[in-house]
Amino acid sequence: MQKEAVIREPLILGHKTYHDITEDVCRPIEDKAPKMWYILFGIALIIGLYGVGSICYLLGTGIGVWGLNKTIGWAWDITNFVWWVGIGHAGTLISAVLLLFRQKWRMAINRSAEAMTIFAVFMAGLFPLIHMGRLWVGYWVLPIPNQFGSLWVNFNSPLLWDVFAISTYLSVSLVFWYIGLIPDFATIRDRAKKPLSKKMYSILAFGWSGRAKHWNRFELVSLVLAGLATPLVFSVHSIVSFDFATSVIPGWHTTIFPPYFVAGAVFSGFAMVQTLLLIMRKAMGLEAYIHTKHVEYMNIVIMVTGSIVGTAYITELFISWYSGVEYEAYAFINRATGPYWWAYWSMMTCNVISPQLMWFKPLRRSLLFTFFISIVVNIGMWFERYVIIVTSIHRDYLPAAWSMHYPSHIDIAVYVGTIGLFFVFFLLFARFFPVLALNEVKTILKGSGQSYKESPDYHEHH
Amino acid sequence: MSDKVIYVMYDDDGALKDGAKKLVAKGVKINEVFSPFPIHGIDPIIGVKNTRLGIMSFLYGLTGLTLATIGMRYFMVVDWPMNIGGKPNFTYLDNILAFIPISFEFTVLCAAHGMAITYLLRNKTLPGMPAQNPDPRTTDDKFVMEIRLSENHSISEDEIDSLLKETGYLELDKKEVK
Repeated sequence: MQKEAVIREPLILGHKTYHDITEDVCRPIEDKAPKMWYILFGIALIIGLYGVGSICYLLGTGIGVWGLNKTIGWAWDITNFVWWVGIGHAGTLISAVLLLFRQKWRMAINRSAEAMTIFAVFMAGLFPLIHMGRLWVGYWVLPIPNQFGSLWVNFNSPLLWDVFAISTYLSVSLVFWYIGLIPDFATIRDRAKKPLSKKMYSILAFGWSGRAKHWNRFELVSLVLAGLATPLVFSVHSIVSFDFATSVIPGWHTTIFPPYFVAGAVFSGFAMVQTLLLIMRKAMGLEAYIHTKHVEYMNIVIMVTGSIVGTAYITELFISWYSGVEYEAYAFINRATGPYWWAYWSMMTCNVISPQLMWFKPLRRSLLFTFFISIVVNIGMWFERYVIIVTSIHRDYLPAAWSMHYPSHIDIAVYVGTIGLFFVFFLLFARFFPVLALNEVKTILKGSGQSYKESPDYHEHH
Repeated sequence: MSDKVIYVMYDDDGALKDGAKKLVAKGVKINEVFSPFPIHGIDPIIGVKNTRLGIMSFLYGLTGLTLATIGMRYFMVVDWPMNIGGKPNFTYLDNILAFIPISFEFTVLCAAHGMAITYLLRNKTLPGMPAQNPDPRTTDDKFVMEIRLSENHSISEDEIDSLLKETGYLELDKKEVK
């Protein structure tokens, strides 16, 4: 058993036993869902279905129903795509990078953060597919032998790199998540009383046994998957940034994009994790496992990545002037003072100023304040992508072609619809899946549990 | 050949580990341990060898890298070289920088999925498989040691029983298996 300094705050509060942990996580799944769950699920489902309907209308009519025009060929579609992919990055960062760094506090939050990742990447993947207009030829992005004169996809294009990056990221995250879920499904299976749920969880648990050999393999597989997923996290958002950085549009053509995008992704992802977990811990009674210390750790990550993002904003602003390229300089002057000044300054306020408030300990330990800031950051990060994408292209080299982007109601409905669908998935996850890696949490009970840390013989054997 | 299996249940991982140490020191062979979470340090005591899945993952990764290289060279250089803005496309090496992202992604894809599939097959954990643990409580808060008499010829059943008593177990169960 690994021991740690007594002055470190315990990660599991109260006097929990192994059985208590099982009970606390499994009870919300086994009990009837509270009324609030049905209300939230109903709202999310209606919004989600409205989004699906709008997507069907879009596919039936063509992407002309979006507010795009000749000058602005990319707007909300790619903004939403990058926003969702960015949100997805927190889950893998928590489960992979923090596993490599042996951060024990990750165990309480990794399961739900990974679920969030997977659902967010689902939503992200939707946008490149529907923006093709003809969804049914979506498979053309894959290098499949064909009869168009054996025409292959272009492996020099960052857009194709993105296809590989996103699909690898989605499928590897899914496998990583599921391998961790198997032992916890086995726990629910072995407790289930009703025949139907016994059957369902038996199928999901894959017949897991808990043998020493299997645990030995489990730990190695988790470690290697974490090792593989760590560079994957960094590569995916780097490649997303290449979609812009390898073009020659002033405002996009910058080498700072990959690290800047990765930091921004982690920043927005942690904000979304805070939004979801602060509600979930309360609604499901998990306050003993996800408490102020966890929130504080996540706020520190938000502060660090927010500072990197802020530095990147100011660096690119400085370089646009220092480069002496007048088009580059104009792209940034136009961002800050042109017709989209409000988007630029919302982005600056939400992403540069708000994370700096986390330097103050009472603020970063306040759950209400954290919840507020997490929403602010989510809004700010959407504006970041909107500013980068729309303000860089709405005024190009020919003033005759200058234009503005006004979203159509389909633009808005598809975006809001994906938020609805995301919550449909997340609520189903919270209802039927173990939201906490309960068996992994048991491994830290003796080292980081409050009752063990307070017992007199905690530091006896050294 | 019929065999007798002893299942010894503990309610603490530390108790099982200490018990296992004592038993192994007396020459008892412990066949298996079932636990709700990994008990760190149990593997060398009961003689579980470290898994070689990591090596497999490396080999799957190499396979992925090779496939990506062969594929991209064939598509972009051999079969249909495209002239994109005059960028060199005549040999693989000329264009290698553009191929690095996908080479990396495909390596990770094959390494991760190859290893995950091997892991599930080696564990015999697949959808619809029946539960393999001897007691449903071993996925909650109980820890079970499995001892087979056929693997312990040098020591009698009574001797094992008395050794087990010293380890302070919670429950003991014996089963005849074929």
